[in-house]
Amino acid sequence: MNKAIEIKNLMYAYGNQRILDNLSFGIQSGDFFIIIGPNGSGKTTLMKIISGITKLQQGEVTLLDQSLQRYTQRTLAKKIAYVPQMLPPDFPFTVAQLVLMGRAPYHGLLGLEQTKDFEIAKKAMTFTGVEQLSGRKFSQLSGGEQQRAFIARAICQEPQIILLDEPTTSLDLAHQVRIMDLMERLKIEKAITVVMVSHDVNLASMYADHLLLLKAGHIASLGRPQEVLTYKTLEEAYGCTILVDKSPIGEYQRINLVPQKNMIVDK
Amino acid sequence: MTIEKPFLLKRILAAATVLSLVLLVVMFLGISMGSTDSGVKAVFLVLLGKGTPDSILDTIIWQLRLPRVLLAALVGATLSLGGLVFQALLRNPLAEPYILGISGGSAIGAISGILMGLSRFPGVSLTAFSGSMAILVLLLVMSSGQAILKKDTLLLSGVMVNAFCAAIIMFLVSITQDARLHNIIFWLMGDLSLSDIKQVAILAAILLPCFIVIFYCSHAMNLMLLGKEMAQSMGVNIKVMMVTLLVVTSLMVSLTVSQSGLIGFVGLVIPHLLRLLIGPDHRVLVPACVLGGGAYMVFCDLLARVIPKQGEMPAGVITALIGAPLFIFLLKRFRQ
Repeated sequence: MNKAIEIKNLMYAYGNQRILDNLSFGIQSGDFFIIIGPNGSGKTTLMKIISGITKLQQGEVTLLDQSLQRYTQRTLAKKIAYVPQMLPPDFPFTVAQLVLMGRAPYHGLLGLEQTKDFEIAKKAMTFTGVEQLSGRKFSQLSGGEQQRAFIARAICQEPQIILLDEPTTSLDLAHQVRIMDLMERLKIEKAITVVMVSHDVNLASMYADHLLLLKAGHIASLGRPQEVLTYKTLEEAYGCTILVDKSPIGEYQRINLVPQKNMIVDK
Repeated sequence: MTIEKPFLLKRILAAATVLSLVLLVVMFLGISMGSTDSGVKAVFLVLLGKGTPDSILDTIIWQLRLPRVLLAALVGATLSLGGLVFQALLRNPLAEPYILGISGGSAIGAISGILMGLSRFPGVSLTAFSGSMAILVLLLVMSSGQAILKKDTLLLSGVMVNAFCAAIIMFLVSITQDARLHNIIFWLMGDLSLSDIKQVAILAAILLPCFIVIFYCSHAMNLMLLGKEMAQSMGVNIKVMMVTLLVVTSLMVSLTVSQSGLIGFVGLVIPHLLRLLIGPDHRVLVPACVLGGGAYMVFCDLLARVIPKQGEMPAGVITALIGAPLFIFLLKRFRQ
């Protein structure tokens, strides 16, 4: 299979502080790829570089067989859609208007929508289950609904790669699963490569085809979830006690945190 | 399930038609009303070029009222559009067209011009314009590079520059004692009384292209409400867009301020008012602000001329006197 994203010797620094240090890895086309790692390990920076928001400092990023620098903002937006960590709280438009904005890279400056765009937007909203909310104001939706509306907007961009930065962090349990299932369907039904940053290692374990564990801008581990999610790697990366066992629901690893008070030391 | 199809062109045309009519009616009122009242019919005849040439009414209309009404329309249009752009760009509802320190700079320029005894046009206009441009260049240099994209840096720098300028203005006012003081105060309150048709024509020739450029940026302004990074990820070249909007808007606001003095409140109240009435889409709001802002300013100037029994008051007084209560009323109604 083709590589959707290929990264070589990627470096990034804010002033003296190294955020990403000589990263090299690739993401297969059609993969569900999840990036995990402790706070400040460079996950968000990595996402922003891939999505063209943060300027590349050093190294090479190849997207769909073309160097990142050779894309314009507009051509890149037709290939990659980005769902940020923080959604704008006071966005004044309706859900339908928001989703339609995903068509912007295909239009002239004024973004005059055609009938075709309405159809694409409608399909995207049905796909993420927000079609009933299309006339509602975005700011009046719940967190989970907002997230789904934002994903519909990303789908409306008709990208080949979709990047999500911690989409489940502020959601309740039902919505967490719903968003992850949605991404799984996106991968299978639309053959979109899904790249996600997540703090939830258990969700990552159940959904990811491949996992990247970042620590301080380095690759701590990369591979299938079974290879990455061992107690040794995780304890080293996160610096806390972790117990890994088999999930009762399938061939997944289950990651358990061990509270300090439960640690019985044999003497 | 239905998804509303807000056919954009139709919505733009509808808003533009209604507001154009309002603007035309108000402009006609502005031309026909004043200290010397004459019938509507006579005014019509003069405007159609069928009046008695060189009659008093003819002179009043062509040399006094028409330029003034046109200037008011241009000033109102520019200030409301300026407010709309800065509110979107800085994502701050309190942003107004003078936010970058343009008011302070041009006020210092204008006051210096008045103190030097220059004529109102082109003398004082030129010094005022140079003042605001100097401030703008200073601000852009200060926050150059990456920092220009950080809205708070820009906002804070603007506030600081304005505060500094205010101190200088106070100083200049405090050392002035003769009749020039009256001129200064009137300029600071916003004054449309001195305008001739040539001046208005030059202004229009520069402003209209600015309006068009901003209209073409209007969808990018919609996307920017999602945040600069999001807009970027949706294909907007954010740096080019920011710099274009900042420079074009500042230029047109400086230019109008140099002609009219500091007219406050239009740039704050009209964009919010129109947003409440016709929604947040900038592609509709940009033309609406131009037409609606123009109409509001002409109307306020008309009141400023007609209400006082003797002389007139500065139009800036009326814009806030009507604008503030009207805005609060609408805000309360629409938030319910």
